[in-house]
Amino acid sequence: MNNSLLVVLIASGIAYGTPLLFGALGELLTERSGVLNLGVEGMMLVGAVMGFWTVERVHAGAVATLVLAVLVAAFSGAVMAAIHAFLAITLRASQIVSGLALTLFAGAAGLSSYLGNDLNLSDLPANHAFHAVFPASMQRWSIVGPIVFGQNPLVYASWVLVVAITYYLARTRPGLNLRAVGESPAAADAMGVSVVKYRYLHTLAGGALAGVAGATFTLAITPQWVDGITEGAGWIAIALVIFAFWRPGLCLIGAYFFGALQALAPELQARSINLGPTELWSNALPYVATVVVLVFVSWRGGRRRLGAPAALGIPYAREEPA
Amino acid sequence: MRLAVERRLEQPRWLAVAVPLASIVFAFAVAAVVLVVTGHDPISSYRQLFDAAFVSNGSIDQTLISATPLAFTGLAAAAAFRMRIFNIGAEGQLYMGAITGAAAGLYFGGRGGPSAFAIAAMVVAGCAGGALWASIPGVLRAFFGTSEILTSLMLNYVAGFVLTYLIFQSESYWRQTKGFNATVFPTGKPLPASAVWPTWTVHAQGGIAVPLGAGFAVLAGIVLWVLYRRTRFGFEVQVLGDSDGAARYAGVRTRRKILAVMAISGAVAGLGGASQVGDFAHALDGDPNGLQKLGYGYSGIVVAALGRYNPFAVLLVAFLIGGLDNAGNTLQGADFPSGLVGVIQGIILFSALGGELLTRHRVRVLRTPAPVEAVS
Repeated sequence: MNNSLLVVLIASGIAYGTPLLFGALGELLTERSGVLNLGVEGMMLVGAVMGFWTVERVHAGAVATLVLAVLVAAFSGAVMAAIHAFLAITLRASQIVSGLALTLFAGAAGLSSYLGNDLNLSDLPANHAFHAVFPASMQRWSIVGPIVFGQNPLVYASWVLVVAITYYLARTRPGLNLRAVGESPAAADAMGVSVVKYRYLHTLAGGALAGVAGATFTLAITPQWVDGITEGAGWIAIALVIFAFWRPGLCLIGAYFFGALQALAPELQARSINLGPTELWSNALPYVATVVVLVFVSWRGGRRRLGAPAALGIPYAREEPA
Repeated sequence: MRLAVERRLEQPRWLAVAVPLASIVFAFAVAAVVLVVTGHDPISSYRQLFDAAFVSNGSIDQTLISATPLAFTGLAAAAAFRMRIFNIGAEGQLYMGAITGAAAGLYFGGRGGPSAFAIAAMVVAGCAGGALWASIPGVLRAFFGTSEILTSLMLNYVAGFVLTYLIFQSESYWRQTKGFNATVFPTGKPLPASAVWPTWTVHAQGGIAVPLGAGFAVLAGIVLWVLYRRTRFGFEVQVLGDSDGAARYAGVRTRRKILAVMAISGAVAGLGGASQVGDFAHALDGDPNGLQKLGYGYSGIVVAALGRYNPFAVLLVAFLIGGLDNAGNTLQGADFPSGLVGVIQGIILFSALGGELLTRHRVRVLRTPAPVEAVS
């Protein structure tokens, strides 16, 4: 039962989908404030390298070290996001170019590689890593064993986060203000909500979560540091936000779907199941699906109903036309 | 005292040159601080960098190899961004141009016709492949209002998977299937000699080989400049970019312009793909760690932004950034800080973006007026 294709795909979809989920939730917060940050890939990589550096260099108990590593990763992601926030919010530069510049600056041929090399992190075994926390007997339970109890603590943390962000957006005053800032910054400003403050805070929060997403790679999925370890996960996270209509719950489903597709080709190969050019379609499917979703979202004013923040990507300056 | 940022009514011309130059100087200064803090010697690192990029024997050769694709993708981005069509799909359009260009080269090169014919076929096929791939986000934007930023980005990945599939996961027309090497590691089928693009030797620095593609890039730059500055089409595109409503009121056909701009942008990127095959690789490179790792399409956006979307400035910037890229590759693994090149390029772009504020706005120092004394 637990070796059936479906169970394996769901279980590994959750594992591979977790960094996508963290990244997408972060980008969702950023985009809900009206800021588009295309630098997720770069922020993830810096988070990944700094998180790994922490577990290699800090000598404390396993739990304390890992918690610290996640915090360091979040902090470094936020520092990267601060560059984008300054350019996009304060200087009102092109958000697209600034985000791409951030990925270039921090990404696989930039700062993350510089840090990994300078801190001598390549080819080291991880001192600590996140593992499944429930007893082995529970992990053997039919179906729920591998899917629910076989996961590492970061997965459970991401579940808590989904609930928290859903509640925050729908039921709290700051969450409502945030949505106002993303939909109509001029109206929010007139209400006395500081557009600049909200945009800064949520861009930084997005960066912090991207950093945690990166740390998920180096502390849980493949506990080591390699240049460019995220392999484009940051871009998928951005796609995922649209795929999920800017809703945290749908981000979770989308992330696990995309994660399962990543596991599909090798799983099918291992079971000698031939479904044509599996690698091509299973790799390309998430991206094609996102394009299709995008078309639906934008078709006939569906954009507003489905949740794209109306002011996404548009700098705000009081008394100046956008 | 207070600082006020106000919109400039006119943008002084000298700032258009001064801002990019100052950005480059500033980036090297900041990176030098990073180097010192992390215990490297910036002077020796920079000397290594410039040696490998522009000074040592054969370095210009290598720099041209990195700069040529950047010139194409930079022009592609510039052509679209000028109209505020954010085509970030030059990466995928380049792959598609490489695929169609290679197909044309393999097909016509083997027919025994003149070399010029095979090369012309590759150019046409490359442009067509890139233009068609770019038309997908173009059509979606024009008819459904779908953001071309995200669709063109997604299609980059799809194009990458197709490229890998053709060489690694199938026995396609593009794949080398004969010979011992083909069984060890999958590679593209080599182009027939008559489809290989020639080079032109300049007698300097021990002979610099200028690839034909570099010539095409310059030509593409001139064509774009004329198209945008000297034709009705270019004027309408610029009006559309500046004010959607005004253009529509004046009777500009918005959808056609969007489609045309995307196709032009894609064609230039696709030509870059054909040049990759014809000039340098001489086969289709499907390795996920080969062409796809180089990210020419994304760097092209940086090149375009630094050149402020002016075709001639884009060509110049492509040469400089190509030099940095080349140095980064050559010095990899040697006693040279890895990732430094990306850091420098990133900071150059950040400061150029920040500097944009100065060209659009001016900063004035306001004196707080002295409090007025109440007269009793």
